[in-house]
Amino acid sequence: MTPLIDIRDLDVRFTAGASQVHAVRGLSLTVAEGESFGLVGESGSGKSTVLRAICGLAPTWDGTILIGGRALPPRRGPEFFRQVQMVFQDPYASLHPRHTVDRVLSEPLAIHGFSDRETRVERALEEVGLGRGFRFRYPHQLSGGQRQRVAIARALILEPRVLLLDEPTSALDASIQAEVLNLLDRLRTERGLTYIMVSHDLAVVAHMCDRLLVMQHGQGVEELTRAALRARAATSPYTQALLEASRGYTAA
Amino acid sequence: MALLTVDDLRVTFPTRQGPSEVVRGVSFTLGRERLGIVGESGSGKSQTGRAILGLTPPPGRATARQLVFDGIDLNRASPRDWRGLRGGRMSMVMQDPKYSLNPVMTVGRQIMEALKFHGRLSGADKRRRALDMLDAVQIRDPERVFAAYPHELSGGMGQRAMIAMMLVAEPDLLIADEPTSALDVTVQVEVLRILDRLVTDRGMGLIFISHDLRLVSSFCDRVLVMYAGRMVEELRAADLHLARHPYTRGLLNCLPDLDHDRHPLPTLERQADWAR
Amino acid sequence: MTVAPHVPSRRDWLLTEQPASRRQARLGQAYRTWLAFRGNPLAMVGLGIIVALILVAVFADLIAPYNPIVGGDLRTERLLPPSAAHLMGTDDQARDIFSRLVHGSRLTLMVVALVAVIATPIGVFVGTTAGYFGGWVDTVLMRVTDVFLAFPRLILALAFVAALGPGIENAIIAIAITSWPPYARLARAETLTIRDSDFIAAIRLQGASSARIIWGHVVPLCTSSVIVRVTFDMAGIILTAAGLGFIGLGAQPPQPEWGAMIAAGRRYLIDQWWVATMPGLAIFVVSLGFNFLGDGLRDVLDPKARK
Ligand SMILES: Nc1ncnc2c1ncn2[C@@H]1O[C@H](COP(=O)(O)OP(=O)(O)OP(=O)(O)O)[C@@H](O)[C@H]1O
Ligand SMILES: Nc1ncnc2c1ncn2[C@@H]1O[C@H](COP(=O)(O)OP(=O)(O)OP(=O)(O)O)[C@@H](O)[C@H]1O
Ligand SMILES: [Mg+2]
Ligand SMILES: [Mg+2]
Repeated sequence: MTPLIDIRDLDVRFTAGASQVHAVRGLSLTVAEGESFGLVGESGSGKSTVLRAICGLAPTWDGTILIGGRALPPRRGPEFFRQVQMVFQDPYASLHPRHTVDRVLSEPLAIHGFSDRETRVERALEEVGLGRGFRFRYPHQLSGGQRQRVAIARALILEPRVLLLDEPTSALDASIQAEVLNLLDRLRTERGLTYIMVSHDLAVVAHMCDRLLVMQHGQGVEELTRAALRARAATSPYTQALLEASRGYTAA
Repeated sequence: MALLTVDDLRVTFPTRQGPSEVVRGVSFTLGRERLGIVGESGSGKSQTGRAILGLTPPPGRATARQLVFDGIDLNRASPRDWRGLRGGRMSMVMQDPKYSLNPVMTVGRQIMEALKFHGRLSGADKRRRALDMLDAVQIRDPERVFAAYPHELSGGMGQRAMIAMMLVAEPDLLIADEPTSALDVTVQVEVLRILDRLVTDRGMGLIFISHDLRLVSSFCDRVLVMYAGRMVEELRAADLHLARHPYTRGLLNCLPDLDHDRHPLPTLERQADWAR
Repeated sequence: MTVAPHVPSRRDWLLTEQPASRRQARLGQAYRTWLAFRGNPLAMVGLGIIVALILVAVFADLIAPYNPIVGGDLRTERLLPPSAAHLMGTDDQARDIFSRLVHGSRLTLMVVALVAVIATPIGVFVGTTAGYFGGWVDTVLMRVTDVFLAFPRLILALAFVAALGPGIENAIIAIAITSWPPYARLARAETLTIRDSDFIAAIRLQGASSARIIWGHVVPLCTSSVIVRVTFDMAGIILTAAGLGFIGLGAQPPQPEWGAMIAAGRRYLIDQWWVATMPGLAIFVVSLGFNFLGDGLRDVLDPKARK
């Protein structure tokens, strides 16, 4: 069976002034349809950049990215955005401050020329557990968890097959995190979605993902299954350090 | 003697529905120790921290029966006194680094700016101190980050740049508002080590605001639990699992666990009488 | 005793946290802004002055007691001091100054409105485009802006009027052409702070075109600070127009333009002070009005600039 997402030798570089940052170096990974795949790793190791490269938000990249067996063109067309969507790390920064929830959700429908916008917006809100009362609110009238749910609704409204999640719960407190994780879980089983999820919380990754890739310095260092993670069966020193550190703080 | 005494701190925002009190009578004392504040989103943790530094955003108003920092009565401090204290002797790592950093100024210049409280340092000295600090918070290539603009950094790097900015000034009191929420655990541990060293070696007082209960219970000495603007519980950090308040217990219960499969996760049923 | 049932007032409808329609949300937002604006007394004074100016301009024919162009008897009614018959006195052509001021408000208002309508969109368009695309687009557009910024406004306007020929229309065009560069700078700076934010990346991910992003997502965030800036500049624009009129390159006699009126009155400044002073006062009051208004708008529209 061909995997739904197949990334081979991905290289991403940023040029900032005179210096160059080699953010991702020869990364390869595959994700099967309906699978939930985790990306963990050091801060600044290029996790968000991988997701951005898939979406075409990274300026220059090399290598091949295949979605459903077909290579992505350098410029993503509308067809692509109907298949792949992303949820950003920071719910406070990812909603336009002057647009109502309604506008946020109807904009993609307008771009892609849907006609039944009213019903779709209402259904999307219902699906993420926000009632009608939220439809015409502005972001400043929403809590962090509610904002993140709006962002998830926006990503789902075009009915994509793949959802890229960039630390969807790191800005949320434990009780809201549980709500958002349950929501993502339910949507995946109901709709057969495929996830790539970035997180630095190993417990969250173990809860959500079947397999995960550990990244360091822009490279993948180790791939683990959930069972291997639970068994602490890591071979690379970095993953071991990660497992060690996730027990909590111990004075040196 | 306590470094900071807070008695009956209240923060009120006027709203169209009348004044709304978002911090309602918080009292505690802080020695040269690590005090954790946990609580749910919107419970007033950040506003408590800001009020201590006199940074309540207008039109909000903060009042306290007593607010004393190192023998200085903050209730009676003049704007000049505040300028001498803030940034130099007490400072705060804000929750949203990407918002709190100036988007059109390089990270290095912003850190060097924070050094202005340290008498006259030459430009080269300031630069060296800034680079050292970036290095200390585990940034891999400090030179690049020094010259970078905030949007060129990853989420965790921005957060560490903010921490570096607050720590170069070597304050006596640091309020850290969710300082490590975007960091991976290995880096997190290193950052916490720096904070720990500042507390144990230099006698800094630290208020550590977080929603990560595991982290707070292993890192802090004492924990305050806030709910709807009130302190509902104060515990020794190591005894967090003995918490009594149903909110704290519920919070502990909804964390995913590395070792056990729980689908779906339990969620919290909030009771109206917790807010009273 | 009966308890009156709670009838939701219009105010409650506007201020609800749970609007039920797009219109209610938008009106509610506008109403909140208005409430915040209303809380600033000086801003209300400014608004009052501007509204008064507009009313005077609209009803000039009804308000003005005399003809503004054709004077009275040159032998008996020249340079009369303020009196009940001539509230602000008469000028050297025996024309009633009050009537001329009332009619002159139309010219002032036209200058202000046309400059705002021409210069603001140009500035916003150039600034957001340059900021959003960056690279060579930015370089080219900003160099052009710099060229315009390098000259003092009045001098540049003078050059344009000299080339186009004197007259109020050409003065307006000249002022408009010379006043957009600061707005372009401002809009560009605002765009730079938002173009890398996640919500712009998010809309790009929905497949939006650049034009749609700039127009629907970037411009709304820049306009408030530009509007504030334009309001503050209004005083300067009125003064520039008056300055051009003063040196004879703006409105042409016998049009009752305030700057030209001052110019005409300066010969009598010592003995017949009112001839130059009355239009001067009018310019002063209206400029002050725009400044107060700008101050109030800044507080409600541009929270970043709040002191
Ligand atoms: N626009 C940009 N210009 C220059 N460098 C960039 C840019 N965006 C990201 N980088 C760099 O690329 C590297 C990888 O960043 P990325 O955001 O992918 O990290 P991350 O793994 O998501 O980290 P975190 O967990 O902290 O979010 C970092 O070194 C960062 O500084
Ligand atoms: N400028 C403001 N005007 C009115 N209310 C405000 C303002 N700023 C904050 N609040 C309210 O104050 C309350 C406490 O906010 P605070 O930021 O302290 O929460 P928090 O505990 O830090 O939450 P989080 O974990 O989400 O950061 C919230 O209910 C918030 O809505
Ligand atoms: Mg990231
Ligand atoms: Mg907070």
